Amino acid sequence: MEMMSGAEMVVRALKDAGVKHVFGYPGGAVLDIYDALFAAPELEHILVRHEQAAAHMADGYARATGEVGTVLVTSGPGATNTITGIATAYMDSIPMVVLSGQVPTFMIGEDAFQECDMVGCSRPIVKHSFLCKKAEDIPVMIAKAYHIASTGRPGPVVVDIPKDVVNPKESHPYEYPKDVSIRSYNPTVKGHKRQIKKALDVLATAKRPVLYVGGGAIAAECSDKITAFAEKFNLPVTNTLMGLGAFPGTHKQCLGMLGMHGTYEANKTMHHSDVIIALGARFDDRVTNNVKKFCPDATILHVDIDPASISKTISADVPIVGSIDQVLTDIEAHLEVNPIELDKDAIDTWWQQIEGWRSRQSLSYEKSDEVIKPQQVIESLYKATNGEAYVSSDVGQHQMFGALYYPFDKPRRWINSGGLGTMGFGFPAAMGVKVALPDSVSVCITGDGSIQMNIQELSTCLQYGIPVKIITLNNQALGMVRQWQDLIYQGRHSESYMEAIPDFVKLVEAYGHVGMRVSDPKELDAAMEKCFAMEDKLVFMDIIVDQSEHVYPMQIKFGAMDDMLLSKTERS
Amino acid sequence: MRRILSIVLENEPGALSRIVGLFSQRGYNIDSLTVAPTDDETLSRITITTYGDDHVIEQITKQVNKLVDVFKVADLTDGAHIERELMLVKLRAASAKTRDEIKRTADIFRGQIVDVTPNTYVVQLLGTSEKLDAFIDSVRQETEIIETVRSGVSGLSRGEKALRI
Repeated sequence: MEMMSGAEMVVRALKDAGVKHVFGYPGGAVLDIYDALFAAPELEHILVRHEQAAAHMADGYARATGEVGTVLVTSGPGATNTITGIATAYMDSIPMVVLSGQVPTFMIGEDAFQECDMVGCSRPIVKHSFLCKKAEDIPVMIAKAYHIASTGRPGPVVVDIPKDVVNPKESHPYEYPKDVSIRSYNPTVKGHKRQIKKALDVLATAKRPVLYVGGGAIAAECSDKITAFAEKFNLPVTNTLMGLGAFPGTHKQCLGMLGMHGTYEANKTMHHSDVIIALGARFDDRVTNNVKKFCPDATILHVDIDPASISKTISADVPIVGSIDQVLTDIEAHLEVNPIELDKDAIDTWWQQIEGWRSRQSLSYEKSDEVIKPQQVIESLYKATNGEAYVSSDVGQHQMFGALYYPFDKPRRWINSGGLGTMGFGFPAAMGVKVALPDSVSVCITGDGSIQMNIQELSTCLQYGIPVKIITLNNQALGMVRQWQDLIYQGRHSESYMEAIPDFVKLVEAYGHVGMRVSDPKELDAAMEKCFAMEDKLVFMDIIVDQSEHVYPMQIKFGAMDDMLLSKTERS
Repeated sequence: MRRILSIVLENEPGALSRIVGLFSQRGYNIDSLTVAPTDDETLSRITITTYGDDHVIEQITKQVNKLVDVFKVADLTDGAHIERELMLVKLRAASAKTRDEIKRTADIFRGQIVDVTPNTYVVQLLGTSEKLDAFIDSVRQETEIIETVRSGVSGLSRGEKALRI
C-alpha cells in the first residue's frame, strides 16, 4: 500500500473522487494541505477573495454540471465565512463538499486561535458532516462525503480536518475505497409500483390536469422524459423558480413560472386544476401562497426522492417516493402494458380556458423612450445570447425579471438562490459556471445592491481570466424591498435607497476589466451586442433602469394562488 | 397527543446532537429523551417522548429518518407497547409517622426505599410516566419532596415487532 502524509491523502482522495477544481482560501490550519496541493497542479485551485464566494462558486459549478462542487478553507473564520454558501446549497439541494481546517485534535475545546466548532455551526445546514480524527480515515471519509453529497436528494457535506491529522511528517497507508456503502444510508430510488398505478388511475380521470415541475427534475436529469410525458397527454406545464428549464420555456405547453411572481396563466391553471402532478417540487410558500386556499379542487400526485418533502405543507393524495427519472421510466413501462387515455374533449376545453388566461399577457409592460425598463434588459440579453447562456442571478427584482423574461429551454441554465435567497450569490456562481464550462457564455444578472455583496471577486476573475458578463440592473435602490414598501408600507422607503453607489464603470476598470454604462433605451441592444462580442473579457454593464418599476404579477398575501396584482392598478 | 419515538442509529460522536438539533431546528418539542448503546455496541437507541398531531409526528419521523446516521424510526404508540421510566425521589422523612406513610405509599406503588438517613428517604420507582406522576402527587401530600430525577421513557413494542437492522 502506498504511504503518504495526511495532507497528501486529502489531495489524493480529492483526485480519486474525480475532483478537478477546488475553490478555496489558505490559512494556518490548512497550510499542510495547501503544500500538498502545490505538488498537484492537475487539481486546479481558484483562490477567491472571500470564502463565501468560494462556496457560491462551487455551488454554481455544481448547478451547471451536476458534479459535486469542492471548497477548501481554513479553520475558524475561513470556515464560518462559508456558512451562507453552505446554507444556500442546502436549501436548493446542491451537491457540495466543504473541507475545512480545524485546530489540532489536542487543542479542540480550548478556544485555540482560529478555533470554531464547524461541525456544530454547520449542523442545521448540511446533509451530513464529518470530523476526521485519524489520518487513516481520510480516504474513506472523503469518499463518503462525495457519495452522500451526490446521491439521493443532493446536498452539502462538511469534512472538518484538524491540523495534526494532516501532519506532513507522519506517513500512513493510503487506499481509496472502490465502492462506498453506508449501512444507515440507502435513499429510495424506485417508486412503489402500486402507487404508480394509483397515480395513473387518477391521471386517467383528469379533466383539468397540470404538471408542476421543480428543481428535483433538474437534479434527476430527466428533462426529455418529462417533455415526452407532458406531450403524450397534452398537459400544461409550469416550472418553479428552481425548475426553470426542466421543461422547455418556449414550448407551447409551457405556462412559465408559477408562484409569488408567477404568470397569470400558470397560477390560474394551478388554482383551477383537478389533478396536479408534482415532480421534484416542494410546495414552497413562495409557490402556494395561503396553503388553506391552495388549489381547492386538485387531487395531488407528488413524486419526490425525499419523503420528508411529501405532505410537508400540502398533503399529497398519491405520494410516490423515488427518483423522478426512475419513476417516469416505470410509468412509461406501465403505460405500455396498460395504456390510459385522457378525456380529449375535456383537455381541449381546459386548454381553451388556459389560452384565455394566457391572452391576458401578464408579462406585458410599457416601454419608454426616456428610461430603460428592467424587463427590456432581460429581453435584450435573451436576444444577444440566443437564449442559450448560462444565466446566474442574484436576489431581488432582477432575479424575478430574469426568471420571467428569459425562457430557458434547457436544464442547468438558470442558476439562482431560490430557497435561501442569498444576495451576493450570482456573481461567484457565474464564475463557477465559467470555470466548469469555459466555452459557455456565463452571465450574471444582478442589481446595484446584490453585486456589492461579493464584488471583491472581480479580482479573482482577473487572476484566473474568468470572463463572465455582469448585467447590473441599476435602479439606485434595493428594488424588491422598495416594491414591498410601496405596496405594503405606504411607500415608506426605510433604508432601501442607496445614496452612495460607486461608479461601477470606474470600479471594474480599477480591477482591470471592461465597464459599460447604458441609460438610453435606444442604445441598449447595441451595447448588449458589444458586450457579448468581447468574448474573452469580463464586461460589467451598468444599466440604469427605471426605479419605479415593480415586478408583476404578484400574489396577494394570504390569498389563493391566483389572487394576484397584475400591475400597480389591476387585480386578477 | 403524546408519542414515544424509538430511533436506532450509529453509535458515533455527533449523532445525538444531530437528533436533538433537528428537533429544535424544526420546532418539535422533546418531553423526555434517553439514549444508550444497544446490545450491538456500534448502534445506539434513543427513545424520545414528544407531543404532536399525526401530521407533526409524520414529519418528525421523516426528518429523523433522513439523517444519514439513522437506521430506523418507529412510533411505539402506534401499536401495543411496553414503556418504563425510572424515578428516584428524595423525601423529607424526619418523623416516625412520615416514615411510615412514605413506606406505605412506596409499597402501594411497588417502590423501594434505597437510601435512608435520619431525615431523608430515597424512593426508587419504576413504571409508566403516569404511575410516576401519581406517586409524586401522593407523597406531596405526606411530606416535602427534596429532589427528583427521572430517566425518561424507554420502550419496546410487544410481540414479534422489533426495531432491528
